Amino acid sequence: MEFLSNLVNGISLGSVYAVIALGYTMVYGIARMLNFAHGDIIMVGGYICFIVMTSLGLPSIVGILAAVVVCTILGITIERVAYKPLRSAPSLAVLITAIGVSYLLQNLALLIWGSDPKSFTSVVSMEPLRLFDGSLVITGETIVTIVVSAIIMAALTLFVNRTKVGHAMLAVSEDKGAAQLMGINVNATISLTFAIGSALAAVAGVLLCSAQPSLLPTTGAMPGIKAFVAAVFGGIGSIPGAMIGGVLLGIIEILSKYYISSQISDAIVFAVLIVVLLVRPAGILGKQIREKV
Amino acid sequence: MALLEVNHLGIVFGGLHAVDKFSLKIEKGQLYGLIGPNGAGKTTIFNMLTGVYKPNEGEIILDGMNITGMHPEKISKAGIARTFQNIRLFNDMTVLDNVKVGLHNQVRYSTLSGILRLPSYHEKENIMRGKAMSLLKIFGLEDEAYQKASNLPYGKQRKLEIARALATNPKLLLLDEPAAGMNPNETAELAETIHFVRNQFGVAILLIEHDMSFVMELCEKIVVVDYGSIIAQGDAQTVRNDPRVIAAYLGGE
Repeated sequence: MEFLSNLVNGISLGSVYAVIALGYTMVYGIARMLNFAHGDIIMVGGYICFIVMTSLGLPSIVGILAAVVVCTILGITIERVAYKPLRSAPSLAVLITAIGVSYLLQNLALLIWGSDPKSFTSVVSMEPLRLFDGSLVITGETIVTIVVSAIIMAALTLFVNRTKVGHAMLAVSEDKGAAQLMGINVNATISLTFAIGSALAAVAGVLLCSAQPSLLPTTGAMPGIKAFVAAVFGGIGSIPGAMIGGVLLGIIEILSKYYISSQISDAIVFAVLIVVLLVRPAGILGKQIREKV
Repeated sequence: MALLEVNHLGIVFGGLHAVDKFSLKIEKGQLYGLIGPNGAGKTTIFNMLTGVYKPNEGEIILDGMNITGMHPEKISKAGIARTFQNIRLFNDMTVLDNVKVGLHNQVRYSTLSGILRLPSYHEKENIMRGKAMSLLKIFGLEDEAYQKASNLPYGKQRKLEIARALATNPKLLLLDEPAAGMNPNETAELAETIHFVRNQFGVAILLIEHDMSFVMELCEKIVVVDYGSIIAQGDAQTVRNDPRVIAAYLGGE
């Protein structure tokens, strides 16, 4: 029963990682860059939702919507201001810029909201589910997180594979030049990708803060890095890969916390990254490309 | 008025005049050949016509509209489509989806209706599928519609590239070495396809090719470039007998 309970919690945490990892992987797939500021968008989403709910006293749905809107605009703005001028710059320059943006967001949050933790009111008001005569208790947050994440993943898969704009995104990720010559506006497509990734990060932020209700300017950093590990684990650039990688990573983290040690669970998560990079550098679903010599 | 009018087009890479004073007039529905030795600047000309490179001098006028220096996606909308010397399909996408990417600007529905799967989304997606399938039928690719593009044999990949380019509804189609790597049978079939495309779609076609007999038989007019400049222009007969062309190809004085 303990195992089952841990498994459910693992899936719940993992599905949040998966939703964040989707942002990482889509941006990487299209812009060929690692957006290390992605994790901090989560934090901004959390704060926006917190302000709307706690300071303005509005219902949680308004808070979630506000978080999504603000993060989407923030994501597009960051891309326009910081990354777009570097479109043809070496990838190292873009990477360092992304790290810079990450610190900028964290420190702006510190400046605006201070360093003391805010206690986030959960957006979920669902009763815990008691199974097997109360020996397995699943919290409302866990259920909502899993359901919302599953819906997001299904919707995104359908959007990318079945719509014109989704096809344009796939085309741009494969060959920008050829896509452009087919009449696709590459810049608009990249903006859209950042918008979608950031909107997902906002949702992830709200879910994450509902489960772990202490909000700090650094709240997004660790989940961001772990979601990046999940994206690499699943095969960076691959959308189903990010989903599988995220869920697996969440399960690994919770199980190792419970059965091994809660202190080294993070170390285990990163050890997974190292092992994956050694054994299968392209990740679970990534393409194993043989270099032609 | 000519469909495409290129006047004194030039581009400089560093100190090198890769293309210099290139002028060309293509009529509606004309089959035009662009030939020249390796490194003569043929693909560079294609890249300027499609907006990949911005020319340093000269102007490109398509159907009365000045498209010089416009972005590639705008030029695609204006009506120039192309294929590539080394095939550049979207390999991870299906054959059908490749053509649907070409239809990107032909059919419109909002992103929101795509997310919410409103009736307009289904209607427009059906239209796109129908258009794409009919293009695939023309090229005999309908049976492979749901295969990955990378799984097609070479000859069919070339055909798919032409189908994808035609999906953008061009007035002018640029083919960059369409017969490269083909055997004589495939080349003969390709020549038929090109004639068919011209007659069926009424597009003008400008093609780069190294296979001389292919170009001479197919094209109504030919322009020969060497070291970035035009050395001869005219019908196959004129070009074949031009001493400068013979010199460029065979060497000599």
